[in-house]
Amino acid sequence: MEEVLFFISALGALGGALGVIAMRNPFYSVLALIVHLFSLASLFLLLTAAFVAAAQVVVYAGAVMVLYVFVVAYVGGGGESAWEPIPFQRLLAPLLGIALFVELSVAVLSSSLLALGEDGPDVQAGFGDPAAIGRLLLEKFLIPFEAASILLLLAAVGAIVLASNRRQSEEAR
Amino acid sequence: MSATAWAWLVLLFPLLGSIVIGLGFRALPAKVAGIIGTLAIGLAFACGVAALVSLLGDQPEARHHASSLWDYASVAVLDIKLGIFVDPLSVFMVLVVTGVSTLIHLYSYGYMQSDEGYHRFFSYLNFFVFSMLLLVLAGNFVLLIVGWAFVGFASYALISFWYRRETATRAGMKAFVINVVGDIGLVLAAFLIFRELGTFDYGAVFERAPETFSTNEWSITAICLLLLVGAFAKSAQLPLHTWLPDAMEGPTPVSSLIHAATMVTAGVYLIARTHVLFELAPTAADIAAFTGLATLLVAATMALVMTDLKRAIAYSTMSQIGYMIMGVSIGAYSAGMFHLMTHAFFKALLFMAAGSIIAAMANDQNIDRMSGFGKAMRFTSITFVCGALALAAFPGSSGFFSKDEILAFAAARGGMYLIFTVLGYVGALMTAVYSFRLVFRVLHGEPCDEAQELIETGHVAHEAPKNPATGEPEDTDVGFPGAEHHIAEGSAPMRVAMGVLAFGALFAGLIQIPGVDDVVTKFLDPVWEGSPLAAIEPSTLADWEGLGIGGVIALLGIGIAYFLYVVRPELPGKLETRLRPLHTLFANKWYFDEAIDFLVVRPALAIGRFANRVFERFVVDGLVTGTAETVRGAGGVVRAVQNGFVRSYALLLVAGFAGLALYFLLSSS
Amino acid sequence: MNTEWFIVLSALLFATGAMGILIRRSPMVILLCLELMLNAGNLALVAFSRMVGNGQGQVFAVIVMVVAACEVVVGLGLIVAIFRRRLPLNVDDLRELRG
Repeated sequence: MEEVLFFISALGALGGALGVIAMRNPFYSVLALIVHLFSLASLFLLLTAAFVAAAQVVVYAGAVMVLYVFVVAYVGGGGESAWEPIPFQRLLAPLLGIALFVELSVAVLSSSLLALGEDGPDVQAGFGDPAAIGRLLLEKFLIPFEAASILLLLAAVGAIVLASNRRQSEEAR
Repeated sequence: MSATAWAWLVLLFPLLGSIVIGLGFRALPAKVAGIIGTLAIGLAFACGVAALVSLLGDQPEARHHASSLWDYASVAVLDIKLGIFVDPLSVFMVLVVTGVSTLIHLYSYGYMQSDEGYHRFFSYLNFFVFSMLLLVLAGNFVLLIVGWAFVGFASYALISFWYRRETATRAGMKAFVINVVGDIGLVLAAFLIFRELGTFDYGAVFERAPETFSTNEWSITAICLLLLVGAFAKSAQLPLHTWLPDAMEGPTPVSSLIHAATMVTAGVYLIARTHVLFELAPTAADIAAFTGLATLLVAATMALVMTDLKRAIAYSTMSQIGYMIMGVSIGAYSAGMFHLMTHAFFKALLFMAAGSIIAAMANDQNIDRMSGFGKAMRFTSITFVCGALALAAFPGSSGFFSKDEILAFAAARGGMYLIFTVLGYVGALMTAVYSFRLVFRVLHGEPCDEAQELIETGHVAHEAPKNPATGEPEDTDVGFPGAEHHIAEGSAPMRVAMGVLAFGALFAGLIQIPGVDDVVTKFLDPVWEGSPLAAIEPSTLADWEGLGIGGVIALLGIGIAYFLYVVRPELPGKLETRLRPLHTLFANKWYFDEAIDFLVVRPALAIGRFANRVFERFVVDGLVTGTAETVRGAGGVVRAVQNGFVRSYALLLVAGFAGLALYFLLSSS
Repeated sequence: MNTEWFIVLSALLFATGAMGILIRRSPMVILLCLELMLNAGNLALVAFSRMVGNGQGQVFAVIVMVVAACEVVVGLGLIVAIFRRRLPLNVDDLRELRG
């Protein structure tokens, strides 16, 4: 049962990823990414990370992607020309992608991590629950938690500054 | 005070004079600068006399003192000091140099009066006297070379004194280059001396030389030959003589001081000073003697046909120095030095008188245009005749006693050296002819325009000064033969100087009458102690015989000149036509300039051009520019990476990461 | 389930994202590919968390999500600013920083 679910989610994730990089219209790429995110959420569930899965759906697919959709709607989606100004880019990119994949896999799989080949240890019932994550966040990882919140604030302010209407004269130019 | 203390003062005063005038040229009025300059040399002369007196207080054998102020280098084998050597020879030279220099400074005080470069002139002149005194007083070869080089520089500075004149600057450069050739010889000789004997100091060198070298060994011969190169360049002997006639571009006082009395005698002094070495290398000494003889004759022939007054006197200088070189090379040391002294008197006098005449001629030096100055300029012509009489060795004049003493010595030495006597007399005949040629051409006959003007109005017409050689107008703004012309009749300092020298030219011989008194010989004898050559003394009878022959020859020469230039003035022209090839040879200075140009100058220029076009362009530029181009090319290649495309940067990033990961995977497996 | 599968899948997704950045020219899509890579990392983190047995990897993944959100916000702000100034929305045409 698990394997089936795994493969379906994996296919979804892969398909979404390929859709992101292959689609001409950026709007379709955004949609593909949403599919990818949902698949990833189900993968997280398979790994008994309930909170992370929920956060993925709510935050990522729910908020961040909506933001993307707004911007794509504002900016508009244009196609890209076929001509490639950088020599060898179109040739090297897939090659490097494959190389990267192979190397990463080899690196992880041939490492001496013994636990890799097995299923994980038995976990107690509350593993991956919001309560467990929350406890970790507020006890052990309090400082990263606070830092992350400050980062969010900075990002919000930065985005406002970047996208604001500075001066009327600048617009008119 | 000791003799060496006086000697240091002798060196100090001209140097101070030069510095004071040189630095204060804006502050000092012209006359003051002239006075300071003359006074400096006058004081030096006084100190020289004091040194003489002090030296005479010693026993004859003990009359050599060395003194040093500080050490230049006292390392391991080297021991070079700022040291002077005071002995009869150096004191003699000091007196001659400072004495004649004082008179010439006095002369210049009047002669250069309207020149814009007055201060510069006196500063240079004082510096020159300082360098000459340094050369003469030096106690070791290093200081000698220093003095030698300074003298060469001073000569260059003074020859091209009127530096806007292209002929003058070229002459200055020519003199300097040939002098440098001599310097090379001298320096190499010093190196060899150090290598063989281990020291530069005169005393030590002359002591060790007889012990270290056997006669005519190649090393001592080489040293002497190199010394000769230096001596010949400085004293304008064949073949390094071509600079002297051109050096007449300088002002007349310069010609009279440097190129008559002092600098050109440095070579003679050198050979006399290093006589110990020359006696160990008789071959080199003979070469020197024959060169002196050849110069003597060749220069006399050239002086016979020269039409430029100053150049004729310059060739006469060359010829007389040939006598001196001949003299000190064959062993007639005292005779040679005595001739140096008398020559200084009468040659300086001749130049001064010539300067006066040239000034009257508005700087035109061509004797073809001069005549009849005898009536127009009494004082000048009288002094000119005095100088010419001494030059021709008229019986009773100073030149008479000095020149024939050398030839008598050569006869006394006998054997091969009789050639010197015979040819020396031939040269004396020619000397008499050419010196009176000048006298009769310039002073006799109908007054030329300028002379006429002098007689009538008492002063000379002034026109815009022109370069006598090329005829182009002079640039008088900077320091030039100014518009004023100063002749002796109009200037008291000039007359005083010329008068003193005339007295010396006529009567200085009386201190060395054979058999009666030998002031100079006795004074200089201790210097040549131990020399087998100096011991050869012609008998008094032989001396008087020589003097007799010399007197006859002088009178004969004067007679010939009188005949050719006064009685039958058309004869010289006819002779010239008859002997055209000979005349051309003499007039073109025996083609030495052309030969040197062909043998030395053109190859040097060709090498330079080759170096510039081929070597410089391909090798040096190739290396330098090639390196730069390679770097630029490499830079260009690397620059292509910075193309501004974010995606290519990302590609490089990913590629780099992939490469790194590959490396680590491979190295860990 | 073997953790290996998840890791391999994560590597594949990561490589895909990297390739997408190299190929695409629109800044929008490049940002999306960046998201892909970040999510691949998240997947790996959570997989390892499961393998090890404690929740730290998941906490890490949550923080990563926060960071990704911030980065998206700023990136989109940039894109909007570029669009506003009527510059071409094409990474190849925005190349003034070059040597």
